[in-house]
Amino acid sequence: MRRSPKETEESARVTHRRALLLGGAMTAMFAVLGARMRYLSVDQADQFKLLAEENRISIRLIPPARGLIHDRNGKLLAGNEQNYRVVITREDAGDVDEVLAKLAHVIPLSAEDLDRTAKEMMRTSPFAPITVADRLTWDDLSKVALNAPSLPGVSPEVGLSRIYPRDTDFAHVLGYVGPVSERDLEGIESPDPLLRIPKFQIGKIGVERWLEDHLRGRAGTRRIEVNAVGRVMRELEREEGDPGADVRLTIDADVQNFVQARLGDESAAAVVMDVTNGDIIAIVSSPSFDPNLFVRGISHADYNGLMEDDHRPLANKTVQGVYPPGSTFKMITALAALKEGLITVNTTVRCPGYLEFGGRRFHCWKRAGHGAVNLERSLSESCDVYYYDIAQRVGIEKIAEMGKLFGLGVRHDIPMSAIAEGIMPNRAWKMERHKQDWRIGDTINASIGQGYVLTSPLQLAVMTARIATGRAVVPRLVKSIDGKETPIAEAPSLGIEEEIMRKIRSGMYAVMNDERGTAKSSRIVDEAMVWAGKTGTSQVRNITAAERARGVISNDQLPWNRRDHALFVGYAPYINPRYAVSVVVEHGGGGSTAAAPIARDVILRAMSDGLPPLSAYPSSQRNRIESMLEKLPLRDADGRAPSSSRA
Amino acid sequence: MSFLEYRVKYVPTGLRKVLYLNWPLIVLVTAVSAVGWLALYSIAGGRMDVWAGRQMQIFALGAVLMFFVAFVPIWFWRNMSLLAYIVSVLLLLVVEFFGAMGMGAQRWIEFGGLRLQPSELMKVTLVMMLAAYYDWLDVKKTSRLFWVLIPVVLTVIPTVLVLMQPNLGTALILLMIGGAVMLLAGVSLWYFAVVIGGVVAAIWAVMASRGTPWQLLHDYQFRRIDTFLDPTADPLGAGYNIIQAQIALGSGGWSGKGFMQGTQSRLNFLPEKHTDFIFTTLGEEFGFVGVFSLLVLYGLILFFCYVSAIQNKDRFSTLLILGIAVNFFLYLAVNLSMVMGLAPVVGVPLPFLSYGGSAMLVLLVAFGLIQSAHVHRPR
Repeated sequence: MRRSPKETEESARVTHRRALLLGGAMTAMFAVLGARMRYLSVDQADQFKLLAEENRISIRLIPPARGLIHDRNGKLLAGNEQNYRVVITREDAGDVDEVLAKLAHVIPLSAEDLDRTAKEMMRTSPFAPITVADRLTWDDLSKVALNAPSLPGVSPEVGLSRIYPRDTDFAHVLGYVGPVSERDLEGIESPDPLLRIPKFQIGKIGVERWLEDHLRGRAGTRRIEVNAVGRVMRELEREEGDPGADVRLTIDADVQNFVQARLGDESAAAVVMDVTNGDIIAIVSSPSFDPNLFVRGISHADYNGLMEDDHRPLANKTVQGVYPPGSTFKMITALAALKEGLITVNTTVRCPGYLEFGGRRFHCWKRAGHGAVNLERSLSESCDVYYYDIAQRVGIEKIAEMGKLFGLGVRHDIPMSAIAEGIMPNRAWKMERHKQDWRIGDTINASIGQGYVLTSPLQLAVMTARIATGRAVVPRLVKSIDGKETPIAEAPSLGIEEEIMRKIRSGMYAVMNDERGTAKSSRIVDEAMVWAGKTGTSQVRNITAAERARGVISNDQLPWNRRDHALFVGYAPYINPRYAVSVVVEHGGGGSTAAAPIARDVILRAMSDGLPPLSAYPSSQRNRIESMLEKLPLRDADGRAPSSSRA
Repeated sequence: MSFLEYRVKYVPTGLRKVLYLNWPLIVLVTAVSAVGWLALYSIAGGRMDVWAGRQMQIFALGAVLMFFVAFVPIWFWRNMSLLAYIVSVLLLLVVEFFGAMGMGAQRWIEFGGLRLQPSELMKVTLVMMLAAYYDWLDVKKTSRLFWVLIPVVLTVIPTVLVLMQPNLGTALILLMIGGAVMLLAGVSLWYFAVVIGGVVAAIWAVMASRGTPWQLLHDYQFRRIDTFLDPTADPLGAGYNIIQAQIALGSGGWSGKGFMQGTQSRLNFLPEKHTDFIFTTLGEEFGFVGVFSLLVLYGLILFFCYVSAIQNKDRFSTLLILGIAVNFFLYLAVNLSMVMGLAPVVGVPLPFLSYGGSAMLVLLVAFGLIQSAHVHRPR
């Protein structure tokens, strides 16, 4: 059954030939290896001998202290506290499981700690120290130090960790720090060696993130001599690093605290700006959260609680939230028409309570209508039909241009996370976004800040500051870094005639101070602080013709998340303006009832040293205001929260 | 039954077989192992009980196995090839299965106090299987597509299983072993040209696509390839072993620092100094002269394998011996290239030197097969 011998011989010849071929390849590889060995140990020997000598000396990094963050008056917003922890080095420990078991007898270790340690060990080099337990008490740390001889590879360490003394007040502004993740490293070509230190914390969002390069500082180094098992014998040389630069914000911590307390449990946002230089005095999103939880490692329960809250405490509504501006947008529509010369300040429009266009009725908020309306009345009584009419004359392109000029639909670069650009729609935008032609109806909706228009509270504050000054004020959040003042952006004139600006401002004055003004109950009576503003109420739902016929359902009867947003923008004092404020209360109902009173308290707080002076309020409201102010959960002078506050 | 096919006119029997063993090979293997004991003794700081003692015990056990295998006629082993192959694949599956249930990547089976890595065993049984296959196959059919695909499948099955462990180094070695036996059996060179051409083109396409709009991998995947190919870019991470290994080798110089005088290994700068990186200790302590002598020993082992293979007129025996020689060479070449910084770090031990039971035992059994083929060759 065997094959014939001839074939065997021929196949044997093939096999031998190929075996020689392979043998040749092997010989070549041996030659390469020999040559490489010769290169390493003969040609390069001197260099490598030097390196071997250096190997007995090990270089360790000293993490720098992170820069501090202060408010404009030097009050501490983010600091560092001492933190005791225990680390283990796999290589020195020998039997890791046994050592950890022993350690668990000395200090309390949770199953979670052990699990995490085991996981981290799989990932890191055997010589890299891994944190086993964090935030120990001094007692526990001493116990570990005492038992050190029976715990090889385990060593106690003292480090610094971030603390935010004014926890909830600055959660959205400062953000928080956390350990470096793989994703953080992904984008960086040559990461700072500091980032490889286990548990090294870097800014994750907010100011901590955007000013990370300034705050981090430069690592110091320690040259140490190590013995055979890597234990430190002595320190040869020590070069201290540079601590991170201190940062000072433009925010006034006390005003910020007042605003946070005043917004209370509402889902709301408020921004206060100094119109003279763009400094942001307070920028508050409510409700807030405690960033210290994130630094320590937030529990699943806490995190889920924050995620599931329908008031969205994690969102920074001041820059990230965008809302239809509603009637607060009317100044922009009016400015566009005035600048183009299509109307004058005396032009009147008849308001019968609605405007008929293309078979559709666009309603004024006042069913009975306003009668003949001029510019000033259109603002003070917030007549919608006036704007439907003039918007058709001026067109969306000019309105959008004016909106952008005043900072709407424009990204304002302050060091915060997830800054939304908002939407200032025009024809091109709609074509690109919805693949549809622009309709006159869209212009009519946009004229009163509804439809496609979306703005953030920060943008509304910028708009107000620009109306108040007539100059292109730019917001600034960082006052100084490392003692060096951040330059204040130049604020050139917006190029709109002063006459027009004056008319718009006097319309806003009438909103607050005219007998029929929509926000007259939120006026300021103190001569020196009299102010101007504009209310806004923006719908989040469509009102059908059938509902309108039956009578529009009032906000109180709607579920919370279907109610109108309440908005307010204003500035004070009317003469020589100093501060601009914007307030948005999500689903708060009417702008005049929900947003304007908050805005008044806030701007009065910004203009005074302590609580708002009661003398500024109309006398009939003083008692009510006084008891409201008394109940606010404000912090004491050292920034400690009142004991009754929600932690 | 089938020993008749071997046309052996004379076969030594009983203890007379000892005289017909390939003694130069046995001496060489023992010599290389002895160098390993010295190195392990030195790394442990002059202690036998840490590594060297145990390594000697394993060698003794392996030597007994080697003689046992050598005394059993080669035709018996040929008939066992398919069974051995199937058992190895099953063991790989078992490891895969229990590995998934246990912690992380478990690659071994606990076997009476010894840890057996099925992937090591697989390297030898794959050679046996393919050699037996080509012995059975009509030579005229060697280069026909269908008959070429069968050994390809036989190679790819264990390769995929090993790759899933994941163990890239061993998987590549399995592929190369399979390819080598097929090459030796006389499969048309065109097949090799097409496969190699395809692989080169694929790699070229992936690398050339970098930075262009039709890039085939993500940027971070390219960066991983970068650190894989050039670990020195990351001196405290992936590159640590490589840099320290080169320092150890280089600092040995012409004649080394002397026995037990190496600082690199004794000061614990080399994490895997007693296993995959044991060569560096030799380089540091015995220098270029010592390392070159070791290379000569390895070269001689391969030489004697070759002589034995070419003398042998049985197709199964020839292919088996050459396949095992290739396997041995691949261990060597991959480990040394890695240690000397010519290739990326993949976990491959240095044959007969690295501490560890599995590889040592399997290699000794493989050399037992070579001896059996040598003793029972047709004459």
